[in-house]
This record gives sequence, structure tokens and C-alpha cells, in this order.
Amino acid sequence: MEITIVTVAFIVFALISLGGAIGVVTCHNLFRGTIWLMVSLFGAAGFFVLLSAPFLAAVQVLVYIGAIAILFTFAVMLTRSISNLKTRFTRLNINIAAAIALFVLLVVGVIGPVFILNPDLQQPVSSVTRTTIDLGEAFARGNSFALPFELASLLLTAAMIGAIVIARESDDEV
Amino acid sequence: MVPLWFYLIVAAALFCIGTFGVLARRNGVAVLMSVELMLNAVNINLVAFWRYLTPEKINGMAFAAFIFVVAAAEAAVGLAIIISVYRNRRSVIPEEADTLRG
Amino acid sequence: MDCTGLCETLFRGGLDQGIAQFISLLAGVLLVSGVPLVTVIFLIWVERKIAARIQDRLGPNRVGPFGLLQTFADLIKLLIKEDITPTAADRLLYNAAPLVAFASVVLIWGVIPYTPYHFGADLEIGVLYMVAVASLGTLAIMTAGWASNNKYALLGAFRVVALLVSYEIPMVFALLVPVMLAGSMSLLEIVHAQGGMWFGIMAPISAVLFFISAQAETGRAPFDLIEAESELVAGFNIEYSGMKFGMFFAAEFLHVFTNAILLVVFFFGGWYGPLWQEPLIAFMWLGLKASVLYFISLWIRNTVPRLRIDQVMWFNWFRLVPLSIANVLVIATVVKIMQLLNLAPRNLIGASFGEVLPLTLVLLLANIAMGLIIVGQLRTAGQTARVAAENRASVRAAIGD
Repeated sequence: MEITIVTVAFIVFALISLGGAIGVVTCHNLFRGTIWLMVSLFGAAGFFVLLSAPFLAAVQVLVYIGAIAILFTFAVMLTRSISNLKTRFTRLNINIAAAIALFVLLVVGVIGPVFILNPDLQQPVSSVTRTTIDLGEAFARGNSFALPFELASLLLTAAMIGAIVIARESDDEV
Repeated sequence: MVPLWFYLIVAAALFCIGTFGVLARRNGVAVLMSVELMLNAVNINLVAFWRYLTPEKINGMAFAAFIFVVAAAEAAVGLAIIISVYRNRRSVIPEEADTLRG
Repeated sequence: MDCTGLCETLFRGGLDQGIAQFISLLAGVLLVSGVPLVTVIFLIWVERKIAARIQDRLGPNRVGPFGLLQTFADLIKLLIKEDITPTAADRLLYNAAPLVAFASVVLIWGVIPYTPYHFGADLEIGVLYMVAVASLGTLAIMTAGWASNNKYALLGAFRVVALLVSYEIPMVFALLVPVMLAGSMSLLEIVHAQGGMWFGIMAPISAVLFFISAQAETGRAPFDLIEAESELVAGFNIEYSGMKFGMFFAAEFLHVFTNAILLVVFFFGGWYGPLWQEPLIAFMWLGLKASVLYFISLWIRNTVPRLRIDQVMWFNWFRLVPLSIANVLVIATVVKIMQLLNLAPRNLIGASFGEVLPLTLVLLLANIAMGLIIVGQLRTAGQTARVAAENRASVRAAIGD
């Protein structure tokens, strides 16, 4: 397998995502944890670019990093608990063992036999991919994804109203 | 292009790191951040499969877009609940929210 | 990607093809990013001179002819200042925040088409990329406010992030209109689609909406409670001194000019003008139109008073967001009806002036109708407010206050 610029980019983005993820789960200071989360999500956006899905990469940066991570930052600041310098983890050893066991199970049980050992599933089937215009048309056509699209907007509206109602102060009259 | 299983291994690793975070962290906000990592890993998996196995269909990209929507909605509502619990109990540790137990 | 020009020269000279491509791409990146960096040097002088003249004073006039070298004097001053970091500040985040803020503005210039042949990158999703990168600036300001370990900085950062995140919504809705009309998110195709008629004439309300929300996004008056030099002790950049403050400063000025140039690209024709086929003249038209809009932005900045945060939020959620949604709905309906009646071309790219004229007139009528409705509502709101204020004054006078 030759080392092309795509391989180098993949390795860089993989290091960024995994490093950020490890930073999220092992940070003392939760604000730094949200920064690590943003780093990890940025690595995932890089993966989307490598996988010929630039629309998803831009939406990842815009929605995850520009909105959800900032929401987490606000939540961290609003819930400064006094005892956040105490233990970070509960039952550390068994949980590490569980996560590593899950990873080994996935690799050896699923990814290994089906994808590593099968030479037909290694390279892309074709280089023709759908563009953003096709995605837009899919969301608008009735026999395609129009109904899930409407349901998703309904879900977002319900989540928005629900979050406002749950998090508002309870001492002002509605 | 990189072989498909590279992407699958990275996504599996991200998923397992997220699982460890959900199981082990004591702070509720950190648990939610780990859930976001898991959703992210699933997204990478989905888009990698789409690109390598069926790039002529639009289903993979559309599904990933819907996962973005669901993750955003879940993060918003989850954080609202955590803030509400913090206001009433002054604690964000999930283990301490055991009033209904027993 | 084929290997031409500099890449081919390097390849023939004996370098590996991958490395030759990388070096030629790097040279292109340096060239494209040099444009905003050189522009910001000139912009700081322009800003200070115009602000001074509007305020009936002279402005910088000591350093160099007409004070042109004032920017370099500022630069030297900022560089030789002592670099103070607060003791309890988060050192890595504190140092990284100005860089991210500046980078998020310069990255936008990568997609702006200067001429039909010269641009950084013609992304298929140019508009989405631009909005995504602008939202990275929000993150930088939040980090700056937190990492300073200062109550006032944190408070300033909270208000700033609330403002920036809220005003992204009308900005994106206003940007939907040129994307709809051009049928593509690529900035190059949006400019090409304005060959027949500028989008600012087809949809003036969208241009005004984008202008207002862009003013708010950069923190310019009347939305400049971000800095509020006279109130909040300089907001989120209290603890920053020296070159780090200089980067925030330069990032803000560059962002205002970036918004002016984006307004031209999206709504006012880009590089179209007489003799636009010559690349140099096309670039000159772009710069001229952007400078006029930048002057208007400065004019507003130095004239209007500052709004409070609750007024700003009310204005966004009760006025701008419904207006922008209604705007998109009306324009989409009108364009679709015109296309069904075969009065408007399906694809605006390459359409001539005559083909686009009926669509322009109908859209202009729709925009004028919406504008009249808005002005009517403003009038009734102003009248009720005046009547309420007079009632309060008369009640107070009757009590004998």
C-alpha cells in the first residue's frame, strides 16, 4: 500500500480525533474537555472531507462545533459543582477492561473476518458520488426523504421548546 | 484511497472511548460529551460504508444528516435536564440522582 | 489534479510529483492569504481616518504623509509591549484564542472569487463553508473570555456568544436567497449568475438583512456591546495586551471588510461592471464596490448609539428572524411561479439582462410590498409607543410629580 497524501491526511485526522476523544474522557477541567471535544469533532469533519462528503463536513463544523460544543461550554459554566476536583471516574479498572474488550470484540469479531480478510471490500466500488444537489433533491421529493425531513424538523422544534421549558427558572409565572 | 477497514477501526476506537466515558465519568456533562463521541463514531462509520459500498445512492449521506439532527436535539434536551437537576439538587453526578431508588 | 505551471516546472526540475504539487499549492495558499493580510494594514488607517473626520477631527496625520504609516507605528508599539499573562489563566487556551479568531476571518478569503479566473478554491459548498468558518470565531471569543480567568471577561464573553449565535440565523436565511436564485452554493457560480441583474436589485430586503446581521456578527455599532469600551472595561479582551490584543483588533477590522466584500459577491454583482472581462478591471470593480459598502458600514458605526443586550436580542428574535423567514418564503414562491409561467429562465447563470428583466420587476414589486408592510408596522408601533409615553407623562403630571 503506497503512502500517498490521502494516507497521510487520514493518519493526521485519525490522530486528531482519537487524541481529542481521549482528552474528553480523561480531563480534570471540564472546560478543557469541551475544547478537546471540539478538536475531536474537527478530526471527524476531516474524515468527511476525505470521504467525498463535503456537505457533511461543513455541517459538522457548523452544527457540532459551532453550536453543540458551545452549548456544552455553557452547561459546564452553569453547573460548576464544588466537588469537581474529586475522583473523575467510578470503578476505573473494570470500565477500562470493558471498553478494551468491546474494541477487541468489534475488531476480531466483526471488522476482521468481514472486511480485512475480504479483498473485494477494500477499495471504493466506484468513483461516482452523489453531490449536494442530489441530497437537496432527495430531501424534497415525496418518494424519497421528504417525510423523514419533516419529522426531523418537528423533532427539532419539540426539542427546542422542551429544552426552553425544562431549563427556565421556575419562579416566574408562565 | 485508504482501505475501508482503516475507517472502521478508527470509528470502533472512537466508539469504545465514548463507551468508557459514559460508563466511568462521574460528571453528567462529561457523560453527555462521551455520548456525542459515540454518535460521531457512528456517523463516520456510516459515511465510510456509503462511500465505499454504495456511492451512487444518496441514502448514506441522508442518514448521516438525520443523525446530526437527532444528536443536536438530544444534546439540547439532555443539557437542559442536567441544568434543571443542578438547580434543584446542586449536583451533576448521575450516581447521586437516586431519589426514586428502593 | 493535473500538474501545470509551477508544479510542472518543479517536476521537470527533478522533484517528486507529490512534493511538487504540495509546494505549488503552498505557494497558491500564501498568495491568496496575502490579500487579506495586506488589506488589513491599509484598513486600519482608513478606519481611523474616516472615524476621525466624521467626528470632526483630523485623525492620524503625523506618521508619514496623511498618517499612512500609522499602522506600522501601531504594529511596532504592540510588538514591543510587555506580554502579560494572568497567573491563574489557562495558558494554552489564552494564547490560542487570538490565533483562532484571526484564522477564522482569513479562512473566509479562501473562497472569495476575485476575478473569473483568480480565486482560492471553488468549493461546491462555498456558502456553507463560509458560515461554518465564521462560527469558529464565536468559539475563539468564548475561549478568550474563559481563559482570562476574569469575571468581567467571562461576562463579556457570555453576552458576545449569545449575540453571535443569535444573529447567525437571519444571516443564514438572508444568504438562502442568492443560493436559491443562483441554484448553487458555490460563490463563483453565484457571481456568474448575476451577469444579467444584480441580486441586490432583485432582493433588496435580503441584502439589508445580511448587512444588518453581518454588522451584528462582527460587533460593530449599533451592536458593539461586545467591546463596549466605555461600559464593560473592554469586554472579553480585558486581559489581553500587546500583540495578542493586536490580533483581535486586526481580526475585527478585517471581518468588517470581509463582510463588505461578501455583500458585494452575494448581492451586488461581484466583479461585474463595464469592461469586466479584463481580470485587473474586474478586481478593481470588486474592490470599489466593497469599499463603498465598507464606508457605509463605518458611517453607521460612527453615527448611531449603542443598543442594550436585551434590545438587541428582542430585535433579533421578534423582528429579524420572522422577517427573514417570510422573505425566503415570498421570494421562493415568486420565483417558482415565474418559472412555471415561463417568464423567468430556469438557470440564471448565463442569462442576459432581457431574459431576467420580468423576474427582476416582479421580485422588486414583491420586495417593495414587503417593505411597505414593514414600514407600516414600524409606524403603528412608533405611534403606540409615543401615545403610551405621553400617557405616562400626563399621569405623572396629574399626580404632581
